[in-house]
Amino acid sequence: MEANTRSTGRLPAAFLTPGSSSFVDFLSVHQPEILPGNRALPVKGAIEAPHGTTIVSVTFPGGVVLAGDRRATMGNMIAQRDIEKVFPADEYSAVGIAGTAGLAVEMVKLFQLELEHFEKVEGAQLSLEGKANRLSTMIRSNLGMAMQGLAVVPLFAGYDVDRGKGRIFSYDVTGGRSEEHGYAATGSGSIFARGAMKKLYRDDLTEPEATTLVVQALYDAADDDSATGGPDVARRIYPIVTVITDDGFRRLTDEEGSQIARSILERRLEQPDGPRAALL
Amino acid sequence: MSTPFYVSPQQAMADRAEYARKGIARGRSLVVLQYADGIVFVGENPSRALHKFSEIYDRIGFAAAGKYNEYENLRIGGVRYADLRGYTYDRDDVTARGLANVYAQTLGTIFSSSAEKPYEVELVVAEVGSEPEGDQIYRLPHDGSIVDEHGSVAVGGNAEQISTYLDQRHRDGMTLAQALKLAVQALSRDTNGSEREIPAERLEVAVLDRTRPQQRKFKRIVGPQLSRLLEAGAATSAEPVESSDTESDDEE
Repeated sequence: MEANTRSTGRLPAAFLTPGSSSFVDFLSVHQPEILPGNRALPVKGAIEAPHGTTIVSVTFPGGVVLAGDRRATMGNMIAQRDIEKVFPADEYSAVGIAGTAGLAVEMVKLFQLELEHFEKVEGAQLSLEGKANRLSTMIRSNLGMAMQGLAVVPLFAGYDVDRGKGRIFSYDVTGGRSEEHGYAATGSGSIFARGAMKKLYRDDLTEPEATTLVVQALYDAADDDSATGGPDVARRIYPIVTVITDDGFRRLTDEEGSQIARSILERRLEQPDGPRAALL
Repeated sequence: MSTPFYVSPQQAMADRAEYARKGIARGRSLVVLQYADGIVFVGENPSRALHKFSEIYDRIGFAAAGKYNEYENLRIGGVRYADLRGYTYDRDDVTARGLANVYAQTLGTIFSSSAEKPYEVELVVAEVGSEPEGDQIYRLPHDGSIVDEHGSVAVGGNAEQISTYLDQRHRDGMTLAQALKLAVQALSRDTNGSEREIPAERLEVAVLDRTRPQQRKFKRIVGPQLSRLLEAGAATSAEPVESSDTESDDEE
């Protein structure tokens, strides 16, 4: 019955059976044991694994920005200084992950494949709403792990080609999905990031303003949350900033990222609490 | 009247092969050509939605002539195979050679099993390398044999004649516009040698372009871009064979 993709034999019957365009559905029939949600859970006990922290996202007319800091922590230890937590999901969407890094990266990989598989089989892309729902299902399948302390809470952002605008979706551990308007954040530093964005956000931002805004927010998150890393000038590690417009997904180059981070750092030397919003 | 009890294996196989070949010959031919920046797929296809060419994986494309439901089934099987393999191992571990072997086994088993009717399809599996030398093109006839092709290949009803035409005129390092022009010329020749016009809207064109920055190299060429390329191809000298040095900038 084993589906051997390893040998060079004939395609197993399951491969040629007409059915769903979903890769996850195909796997759940054909090789359910390799799906993350189907793994046997340990009976008890918590594992300590690296966690990713703050992801922020802002919409602007014509697109959306998704960014993340670079720190992964394990308890009070910094597990990794240059982790990547923001990934393209496909041409027009991206996903940023907070929570248990190992599981989250695996979930992103499967999610990317799910979207690509659908696109290849159907010859058309899923709607942005469809992609967001698909991610919801995948988070829900991780609930068992989440209850053992290995939660994954992503932030999904994309350019809705049909509506011609950027949209953001946030999730909770149960797979609950909600569309956010304007800006959103997830992860341990999100409370501080959200406060910063609330004061700085306007609905007529330009793309450079939006990319600066998310780095400001990440700076504030790092300022108050020990699990979130700020721009690391000495090691030249800067937040990952991605922009999605009708041109598709684009990740800012290291050069662009460092420019934004450095200009913010410079301002903060004079004004440690960052830009001031008008009182009235 | 009595039913014959015995049919020799040779005869049985010959009958099945003829059945499959006739089925394939009813469809239109298509061609796959190497050009400087990759591999181009060209075919006549009045449908906008039902494709003869498609993406299997990052660098691997698929082309098929024959019965639609049968090759569509194989195509989806191939996508599942590639995605599963890439998920379990790594994206680099999905190769055209592996895929072609699986298709060959599948077609071969169906062809020689008396319980199933042979598939009336002929496939091409192509993989674009990072250099032209790394390009791979495999042709898979209905019986599960596998042919490693270079330069150009044609499949479908009129394939033999088109192949001969292409073999004589195809060169390495053609631009996309030149390769496209040659492909259209080859496809528009009828069996009796007369030429007919294939309008741009009846052409299905796709490329595996090694210069694409994305990981996924497959791209359909449609609409204005296709018209531009066809014009550029027509503008190059009438004899593409001679114009080996003209370096026209084929637009992306």
